[in-house]
Amino acid sequence: MPETVRTGRVGRALRARAIAHHLFWPLVALGALLVVNLIATPTFFNVRIQDGHLFGSLVDIVRNGAPVLLVAIGMTLVIATRGIDLSVGAVAAIAGAVACVYIVKSPADGAAGTAAVAITMALAVCVALGRWNGFLVSVLGIQPIIATLVLMVAGRGIAMLVTGGQITTVNNDSFGALASGHLLTLPVAALIALGVFAATQIVVRRTALGLLIESVGINPEASRLAGVRSRTIIWTVYVFAALCAGTAGLIIAANTHSVNANSLGLWIELDAILAVVIGGTSLAGGRFSLTGTLVGALLIATLTRTIPNIGIPAEANYLFKALVVVIVCLLQSPKARAVLQRRGDRTPPSPSAPSREEAVA
Amino acid sequence: MSVTMVEEGLLARAARFSPPRRYLPVLGTFALFIGMFGVGGLRYEGFADPQVFLTLLLDNAFLIVLAVGMTFVILTGGIDLSVGSNVALSTLIAARTLELGLPVVAVVLVVLLAGTLLGTAMGLLIHYFDIQPFIATLAGMFLARGLCYLISVDSIPIKDETFSAIAFGSITLPGGYYLGWTAVFALVIVAVAAYVLSSTRFGRTVYALGGSEPSALLMGLPVAATKVGVYAISGLCAALGGLLFALYTLSGYSLHAVGMELDAIAAVVIGGTLLTGGRGFVIGSLLGVLVLGTIQTFISFDGTLSSWWTRISIGVLVLVFVVAQRVLTRRS
Repeated sequence: MPETVRTGRVGRALRARAIAHHLFWPLVALGALLVVNLIATPTFFNVRIQDGHLFGSLVDIVRNGAPVLLVAIGMTLVIATRGIDLSVGAVAAIAGAVACVYIVKSPADGAAGTAAVAITMALAVCVALGRWNGFLVSVLGIQPIIATLVLMVAGRGIAMLVTGGQITTVNNDSFGALASGHLLTLPVAALIALGVFAATQIVVRRTALGLLIESVGINPEASRLAGVRSRTIIWTVYVFAALCAGTAGLIIAANTHSVNANSLGLWIELDAILAVVIGGTSLAGGRFSLTGTLVGALLIATLTRTIPNIGIPAEANYLFKALVVVIVCLLQSPKARAVLQRRGDRTPPSPSAPSREEAVA
Repeated sequence: MSVTMVEEGLLARAARFSPPRRYLPVLGTFALFIGMFGVGGLRYEGFADPQVFLTLLLDNAFLIVLAVGMTFVILTGGIDLSVGSNVALSTLIAARTLELGLPVVAVVLVVLLAGTLLGTAMGLLIHYFDIQPFIATLAGMFLARGLCYLISVDSIPIKDETFSAIAFGSITLPGGYYLGWTAVFALVIVAVAAYVLSSTRFGRTVYALGGSEPSALLMGLPVAATKVGVYAISGLCAALGGLLFALYTLSGYSLHAVGMELDAIAAVVIGGTLLTGGRGFVIGSLLGVLVLGTIQTFISFDGTLSSWWTRISIGVLVLVFVVAQRVLTRRS
């Protein structure tokens, strides 16, 4: 008898801790979406190997979600320093424009070497753009949302300047492989995104960098007084965000073998910020969770895939995105949680009280 | 003797006069606008014609109204990303209800109600659940765009006679110049907003909120009502802007006004309003819109410049103003 009481209490405590975990609701939402898909299409989870490549809806989700995941990884670090980068969509467009225009203009426009040079050039431009954002934020001390707004507004103009306002189409298989190629049966785009994710996670959590980023985000002034070079850190995260955005832009451009400066990466900054917020990183800076961002990006990619799969026109996608944002944000908002908990307290009289305290502890 | 003394006094006073610091950004925008128009007048034939200015007002009437709503939100230190989508939704609601045969008054009421409701809902989320304005209005932006697609994926033309009459109606000014009704309406909105912000209790609370929310709360100001109120106003202005846009294009379309929120925010920033809140004027936002419009007029008069220079020059202007503000606020 006492045994069962104890296990009951432990179970309840575990459950409370699981619910309190910042990834609980996003994971539930992701699981629910997958179940919905499975009901709509029973073969949804099937993954088959064709010509040595892995194919299937789940693989597609990861592949198509790669650009948003990439941008969101950079965005997570920027947001952790109490910043935000609105310019990533424009940076992605510029990166795609630079690479495609270089490939088209070069004499050997199908060679692998050309693609390599084009990619390097595009990423170099991204570093410059990231440095620009970092300069405005850390040296001039302009609010990040406004500082990056400058490039968000001007960036697409710059991308159109590069392409001359044309939709530039490239015929370069090595470049196209960025999006549609496979390596070890897996799509290259997904590998790039997951590789960047793993590398960032290791660098941030195995070195002091993550701690420093969080300290800058929690209190820039105190970190500076404690000897943290907050200016360098802020500068670094903006360059990193721009690099991630540029890579995403290259993947998107490679996917269509073309670049349209007006539409490439349009609103990707919003999707990325959404992924970060769903993942439980607060926009107020400080603590961040890259794993959460991964879950958030996958959730968005799955949602995008689910809408047409259950027979709703793809345009309604925005409506569901809005619902997901509101629901996830409400569930994560301390105020809304307090309201919910007060409701919960009224129904069961006493026994839930200790377990809640354990959860808090 | 005495006359010359008075004159000297006046001259000396005029020389010593410096406008209050808080008007500096707006005066800067005004000077920029005048300067741009002057340069345009020198470079291109017919640029300095008053009709060019009046057409500028007509072409940007919807953006003026949007920027007015955005000014309220930004003055409290918030931001509203949903206005562009809200405009598109308003044009579609207007077009669809007209198609269904509703009277024009009812159509206008439905549109205004929908826009205000959307704004209020976002305000409630922001105030009562502590969701950041950026995220809450982002959700509003997606929601409005999604609703657009639910109403119609294709463009719906507006054939209503009253609508076309208003769209093409204008008042004739002395000298043979004319000003469109929509532009007059936008100017009225600016005047009303300027009055509300400067001379009503609500307006003062808006500034107080932008200055410091905790202080405003401790002073016993109605923080909740004001905070929700500014988003409701922004939603209402977006709906009004949507109606003006529907008049301008005589159609409702889900891809209308993509990215217009950026133009509105840029206009407010160029108008000298601090994005951290607490400082700024509606009249500055009007000037900001006019500056943006002048850039476009420049490019259309020139003919050799490509359209993307608009975006680049808007970005550069935002940069200049933000850096200038930064320098000014740092000194004070």
